[in-house]
Amino acid sequence: MKYATEFRDPKAARAVLARIAQVADVLGATRAKPVHIMEICGGHTHAIFRFGLDKLVHEGVEFIHGPGCPVCVLPMSRVDECVQIAERPEVIFTTFGDAMRVPGTRKSLLQAKAEGADIRMVYSPLDALQLARRNPGREVVFFGLGFETTTPSTALAIQQAAREGLANFSVFCNHITVPEPIKALLDDPHMVLDGFIGPGHVSMVIGTHPYDFIARDYGKPIVVAGFEPLDLLQSVLMVLDQIRDGRAEVENQYARVVPEHGNPVSLAAIADVYERRPSFEWRGLGEIDASGLRIRSAYAAFDAEEKFGVGYAAGPRHVPEPEGCACGAVMTGRIKPTACPQFGRGCTPDMPLGALMVSSEGACSAYWQYGGARATEAAE
Amino acid sequence: MCLGIPGRIVAITDEARQMAMAEVSGVRREVNVACVLDRPIGALVGEWVLIHVGFAMALIDEDEAARTLDALRDLGEAQEALDAMAEGQRALEGRA
Repeated sequence: MKYATEFRDPKAARAVLARIAQVADVLGATRAKPVHIMEICGGHTHAIFRFGLDKLVHEGVEFIHGPGCPVCVLPMSRVDECVQIAERPEVIFTTFGDAMRVPGTRKSLLQAKAEGADIRMVYSPLDALQLARRNPGREVVFFGLGFETTTPSTALAIQQAAREGLANFSVFCNHITVPEPIKALLDDPHMVLDGFIGPGHVSMVIGTHPYDFIARDYGKPIVVAGFEPLDLLQSVLMVLDQIRDGRAEVENQYARVVPEHGNPVSLAAIADVYERRPSFEWRGLGEIDASGLRIRSAYAAFDAEEKFGVGYAAGPRHVPEPEGCACGAVMTGRIKPTACPQFGRGCTPDMPLGALMVSSEGACSAYWQYGGARATEAAE
Repeated sequence: MCLGIPGRIVAITDEARQMAMAEVSGVRREVNVACVLDRPIGALVGEWVLIHVGFAMALIDEDEAARTLDALRDLGEAQEALDAMAEGQRALEGRA
């Protein structure tokens, strides 16, 4: 697939690209000694590849693809626990389609479904609620997955279930938060990042202040960005401008959607239903302090971990990642996807070994999908 | 899953549960509007919203809606969201 070259406003895009090049030159950035900018959100990673932005910007600007794809950072242990719950005969297990092909140690949800488990892909936790109302004799479990963008949806669904007294509905909570892994990356001595592109839709929920520590404590610029190619280019320029001026600030390029203080109804629902876990396991990154949410005891009746005695409720456990899988090194920016020995061999989008190959928002999948177009273009 | 898709509120379906019918690229889908209720619920009809997994998360204007939809189409994410909605409907009908 050839990546999109038609911008809504090509003239504006060219102008921003020219200014990016100017500032990059002032900074002395080169291909050998680039400015490293991490886009945190998987949606941004996808857009950067789709529009070929990494090839359009000055060669001294290098994108590092962040951990912001919830499917990609889901550890195998949690997939195993999904399968364990889904294989119970009384359970209807509901999930976003994205999670179906993530490999567990024994099988994926897709394989469990093929073997007879009642697993249904839904669009929304509201669909799971509806299934619970219609199937009072079954246990309907929703696989709660995602960053702060999807967390309000399961919080509101649990509140609704509580109001209705829906005793056969529960959530297997895997919600994670954006700021904590960023802190973990910044604390990693191997990581050399010069600035960040902040997530758009996560920030719509949490606002911009949760990123203050990045500027204040680590002295790095961060710019919250929209999803259009021009949004991303403007945000890159804003990061570079900050570096040139010696500033480190939280800026909001996507103010037309992202309010400074987030969405109050969403934040209230999250605070009512969830609390922080002491730590949560991330694929490739290990356990990160306070990076995951669990359901408060007031809503324990809707917590699948408590109901079925799995996961963190069953005590400490650790499952190693598959042999030869370098997802962790890719996710921390230490190597490019193509440097993984399994890339395109033991691991392809059809038969993924590591999670970064599963989702269209994963760096490996993006390299695979758009790599062909790159090679063709280089030959032209 | 993580990117919202723009839709227009066309009717209120259940005031108590804060539910409304939205039209997303010609497809109708019931959504929860709790997070955008800055006014009496009936006044949401005709408004554009950004919808995440069945929840309206932000009010946007028509131009922003059009631009976002364009970007999502380019990414293939618009079709992905519509497919997921259809999948959800099948799950409810027990044809999973």
